[in-house]
Amino acid sequence: MTKEEKKVIRSVIAASSVGTLIEWYDFYIFGALATIISTKFFPAINPTAAYLSVLATFAAGFVVRPFGALVFGRLGDLIGRKYTFLLTLILMGGSTFAIGLVPSYATIGAAAPIIVLVLRLLQGLALGGEYGGAATYVAEHSPSHRRGFFTSWIQTTATLGLFLALGIILTTRNVLGLETFSDWGWRVPFILSAFLIAISIYIRLRMQESPLFQKIKAEGTLSKNPLKESFTRRANMKMVLLALFGATMGQGVVWYTGQFYALSFLEKTCNIEFVEARNIILIALALATPFFILFGWLSDRIGRKAIMMVGMVLAIATYRPIYKAMFHLSDTSSKQEIVENRTSDTTNAATENGNLATTEITRAFADGTTYKEVTKTIALSDPAAIAPKPTVLKEVKLGKTAFWTMILFVFIQVVYVTMVYGPIAAFLVEIFPTRIRYSSMSLPYHIGNGIFGGLTPYIATRLTTYINDPFAGLWWPIMIGVVCVLIGLVYIPSRIDENVSD
Amino acid sequence: MNRLKRYLGIIWILLGPACIVFAIRQALLEVSPGAKTPPTQETYTFWIIIIAIFVPIAIGMSLMGYYALQGDYDKLETERGNV
Repeated sequence: MTKEEKKVIRSVIAASSVGTLIEWYDFYIFGALATIISTKFFPAINPTAAYLSVLATFAAGFVVRPFGALVFGRLGDLIGRKYTFLLTLILMGGSTFAIGLVPSYATIGAAAPIIVLVLRLLQGLALGGEYGGAATYVAEHSPSHRRGFFTSWIQTTATLGLFLALGIILTTRNVLGLETFSDWGWRVPFILSAFLIAISIYIRLRMQESPLFQKIKAEGTLSKNPLKESFTRRANMKMVLLALFGATMGQGVVWYTGQFYALSFLEKTCNIEFVEARNIILIALALATPFFILFGWLSDRIGRKAIMMVGMVLAIATYRPIYKAMFHLSDTSSKQEIVENRTSDTTNAATENGNLATTEITRAFADGTTYKEVTKTIALSDPAAIAPKPTVLKEVKLGKTAFWTMILFVFIQVVYVTMVYGPIAAFLVEIFPTRIRYSSMSLPYHIGNGIFGGLTPYIATRLTTYINDPFAGLWWPIMIGVVCVLIGLVYIPSRIDENVSD
Repeated sequence: MNRLKRYLGIIWILLGPACIVFAIRQALLEVSPGAKTPPTQETYTFWIIIIAIFVPIAIGMSLMGYYALQGDYDKLETERGNV
């Protein structure tokens, strides 16, 4: 590559990655501020608002993304990559900014949750259109021997977007204070999105259209109906199905297990304290993020399939031992307690209809782990009335060694994520032709990630409740992974398709 | 290898309807009056969405199996450009 070519590809990667990162930021802040948003827009006392809240969670996060892939994939193959992923950026930024301005339920009533739901749906649509555009745009600028390496930068943006979202939320909360943040400060990260998007739009506007798209446009060989060509032509449809069932389906569950289910497991099953659980995930993510680039680079040398399949096989084989070890690390029954440090304190407070007894027990262990259990019991003054069940809050803070060991277990899972996710953009780009690439690759990617991946925490939690085994939730990623590996190993070709200008 | 690809196609064809039946059965179990935990509005919404999105995906799985059985994936390793 010449110096000029290197400069161009660097700016192409930067323009694509910054935009995608900001889209992920926009998408994550809604999730990270879900508790505050639900009190402002979806009060539980109103059944309609509560119902809209469920829709906002499921529909926008999972169902709408594949539709966004179809809508914007079609546009991308008709009018070009550059203007389409510019449009997704404006739509995402505009929706996020608008969420920050919507008056609360207390001010405008039922209109508030409806407006927020619509804006959240627009966010999901935009996200569905963004990734395919960014991946296609970078890949179509890349030389064949470095395609995996260059596209892997886009793969880091989902993780970096999460960091940016949490960073801005925590900074705003620290600067304004908890009370002001809960009152109106939570709007700042949403409104700030307009500023971030403006920068990204400025960068993207200066970019040229993808050379391969320009070429087929000049030749007059653009597809007239990309969706019809992508999903009704058998020769292409077979590759769409192969991409979904042999690659993105497994990649989606491995990603969401390592990054999101792990957090849920730490909090709900291991009872790790709120801030410590987030620190474990964030440190593991920070340490593992460079591996996206490493495996992208490696995929240019040994092929995409080998790395993705090894990542999936390792995940399937080790998830249960890893989660059992995580559980064991936080299990205080197997630790040596320093009995003299045990404290127990009960306070009583009179309530309207009885007495609230709060018992707080703290225990310390030889490895530095501490355990706190708060039990709240209500005794009603009317002996005939049925008292509610006591609530028990358990909180474990790990000792130093256990804390870092826990990070190691999450880190291993995130490395699996980087193995299956690092090479996937290059893999998807290479199996579809330029004229329908944006449409064809976006749909399997968003079904794999949005539906199979996005539903992982919900399905895993339901399995755990249903089977009554703390590790039952892992059967979802394991089963999906097994089917995906089987299909991937048998059907996906091992070679790298060097020519993507077809 | 091509024979294996085709034989496995039969499994993918059967897996599609099996997943649909399993999802519907599970949904009925969870929304029935005798469910382990009483169904809430979220339970109904969850299962309606799950069935609505997984039925087309399961049909896609069967379609892939059909393509595999027909030998559509036999020459991918040597095909150039794939499509």
